[in-house]
Amino acid sequence: MEKVLVAMQDPDMGMKMRNQRLLITVIPHAMTGHDIITWLIQKYHICEEEALHLGEMLVKYGYIYPLREPRCLVLRPDESPYRFQTPYFWTSTRWPASELDYAIYMAKKNIRKQGELMEYEKERYSLLHKRINHTWDFVVMQAREQLRASKQRRKADRIVLECQEQAYWLINRPTPTTTKIETSRRALGRNRVKSSVCLEGFVKYSEQYQSHDPIMQGCLPSNPWISDDIAYWTMNSEIVPVPTRLRVERWSFSFMELLSDAMGRREFMTYLEKEFSAENLHFWQACEEIRHGESSKIVEKVEDVYKNFLAPGAARWVNIDSKTMDKTLEGIKQPHRFVMDDAQMHIYFLMKKDSYPRYLKSDLYKNMLAKAVVPQETKKSVFPFMRRQRHSSPSPAQAGAPAAEEDGRAGTNSAAGSHF
Amino acid sequence: MATKSCAWTGARTRGESSVPHRSGFFLLLCRFYLLPILKPVLYSLLFSCLLKEWISQFLNVCCLLMQDGKVIVWDAFTTNKEHAVTMPCTWVMACAYAPSGCAVACGGLDNKCSVYPLSLDKNENLAAKKKSVAMHTNYLSACSFTNSDMQILTSSGDGTCALWDVESGQLLQSFHGHAADVLCLDLAPSETGNTFVSGGCDKKANVWDMRSGQCIQSFETHESDINSVRYYPSGDAFASGSDDATCRLYDLRADREVAIYSKESIIFGVSSVDFSLSGRLLFGGYNDYTINVWDVLKGTRVSILFGHENRVSTLRVSPDGTAFCTGSWDHTLRV
Repeated sequence: MEKVLVAMQDPDMGMKMRNQRLLITVIPHAMTGHDIITWLIQKYHICEEEALHLGEMLVKYGYIYPLREPRCLVLRPDESPYRFQTPYFWTSTRWPASELDYAIYMAKKNIRKQGELMEYEKERYSLLHKRINHTWDFVVMQAREQLRASKQRRKADRIVLECQEQAYWLINRPTPTTTKIETSRRALGRNRVKSSVCLEGFVKYSEQYQSHDPIMQGCLPSNPWISDDIAYWTMNSEIVPVPTRLRVERWSFSFMELLSDAMGRREFMTYLEKEFSAENLHFWQACEEIRHGESSKIVEKVEDVYKNFLAPGAARWVNIDSKTMDKTLEGIKQPHRFVMDDAQMHIYFLMKKDSYPRYLKSDLYKNMLAKAVVPQETKKSVFPFMRRQRHSSPSPAQAGAPAAEEDGRAGTNSAAGSHF
Repeated sequence: MATKSCAWTGARTRGESSVPHRSGFFLLLCRFYLLPILKPVLYSLLFSCLLKEWISQFLNVCCLLMQDGKVIVWDAFTTNKEHAVTMPCTWVMACAYAPSGCAVACGGLDNKCSVYPLSLDKNENLAAKKKSVAMHTNYLSACSFTNSDMQILTSSGDGTCALWDVESGQLLQSFHGHAADVLCLDLAPSETGNTFVSGGCDKKANVWDMRSGQCIQSFETHESDINSVRYYPSGDAFASGSDDATCRLYDLRADREVAIYSKESIIFGVSSVDFSLSGRLLFGGYNDYTINVWDVLKGTRVSILFGHENRVSTLRVSPDGTAFCTGSWDHTLRV
């Protein structure tokens, strides 16, 4: 880049610099944006777009700076004046932009015109103030000195120097790694739980589920993978007339367990109907559908939900607090996938804290538990190596058609040692 | 089966009688038992098996894909192939089963994730019905359906994860924050269902909020690429397996790593991890052809399973917890 600049500044072949007028003072050795572009096009035989781009890069990196709008680092191909940055300030000379210098610069600005600092500069200023508090006196002193010295220069020079400095700092301000600070700040703000408490949580969870874990404790009647007997799966399929005891027990572990089991949900629904609060569960289910369903149907689903559950005087009106209700109604005007989230959460926690514990204590649940079956462990067959016929379960893609019986032994008849 | 009996010896020492005493006996004979079943598999798998997933309700079906560009859905119980789809791209790296069981999503070096509807009509050309859903600028390393058939979460070698709408193929949310390729992801089994964790080559595991796209938490204690992440069943913690030969457990509420599962004798990286149903056991598939089973709470190794003749590339526990399946570069899948 610097080669370009040197070429530009070449007195013979370079840019024609004129004295430009900036308001009342005359700035020597300035050029217009337009001139920059035409020169680039001529010298390098490039098209206008490229020249503009190249010119912009030069400005961005601080080799050329605008005089009229010093903050806006854009190359304008018109009569706005620009000037070359002194080599002292070139980025390549890698003069480390120390915080101290930045502080001095900002202090100068502050003194010169109170309140002229921009937002981010104010922030930075106060940050630096906190950080290098011990040398703050030095900073202020330096600032004052520099100001006094500059007052003795001609106005034109002064403006030039100011612009130079401003441009430099605009580009090279020491960035105090804002993103890192943000994440650290966020991390500090997070509520943490003691790990001993968390580990206790794990122990409790594992203990609770241990009897339900087939690998840990074996499953009754038998693990189908070992015995080839799919009784375990048929007993635990989606809807059975009588569920197993373990399954019913699991419903008492957490509300989520109850809701994720189809039978559990059905039972809970019957209970809620008795309590005349079934609309809560219906509402929750409708919201789940909105959240996970097809995007194209969101609008009509939201409409439905509003009509059935939220509109005043609706058939299945759900009891939500007014703040959430207002927020939801606002959101419905522009329906999106998560518009029902707040209301759904409210109802979910309502059910969890209120209806769910009562359900667990209710007769309905207790009867279910008593009725529930504890399957017998199948007797181990005399010939352990006899392989039963394995049937494939109905593939979900079939949507209802009965599964074809497939003989699982097909591949093994030729094998040695598999049958006794 | 060879691997299964080893898994049960652990249970036996605890005094449970469910393991037949024939287990030791079984070991020898089972190797023969196993091979005949999988031999047909051996021939049809031209390349190594890379990834698989169980389907939830239909407990005995699992879907797998291979590096020769085919995605096959097996009935794991009867070892029959149910569906096979040929992908136009020969290198498939990620696959996922839709919760309803009616579709499969897969992707790989073609930078895309495509969704194929499954049908039992053997004459139908499934490849023709595919729908291209995700577009990344680098390979697709993992994909997963969220709670429904309608949304897919993908992670890619371009360092980002993204959430897509299947119907329209639109990008719903993208997650930036990894400094290198993202290799794996897992959805949280929480009540609100809004977060997921991803692990990448930058040794970091990040937890993201799906709605806002922000990275909520980040963990960086591994010493090498994280190959696999899995949530603990309660959703309060997750485990990760990495090329530095360790598995680590991170707790989300305490915001730190709480356990390291490693042994000096293990020097090969972990390719895949999964928890048993109760979360007490952590299974890890290693590149030294073995599977190590760790006790999550004690931090000790419970048992080691042999049986594969090449690296174990992937491992998954069935949703009902009755068994787990491993796939490997030796062209077999074992349950």
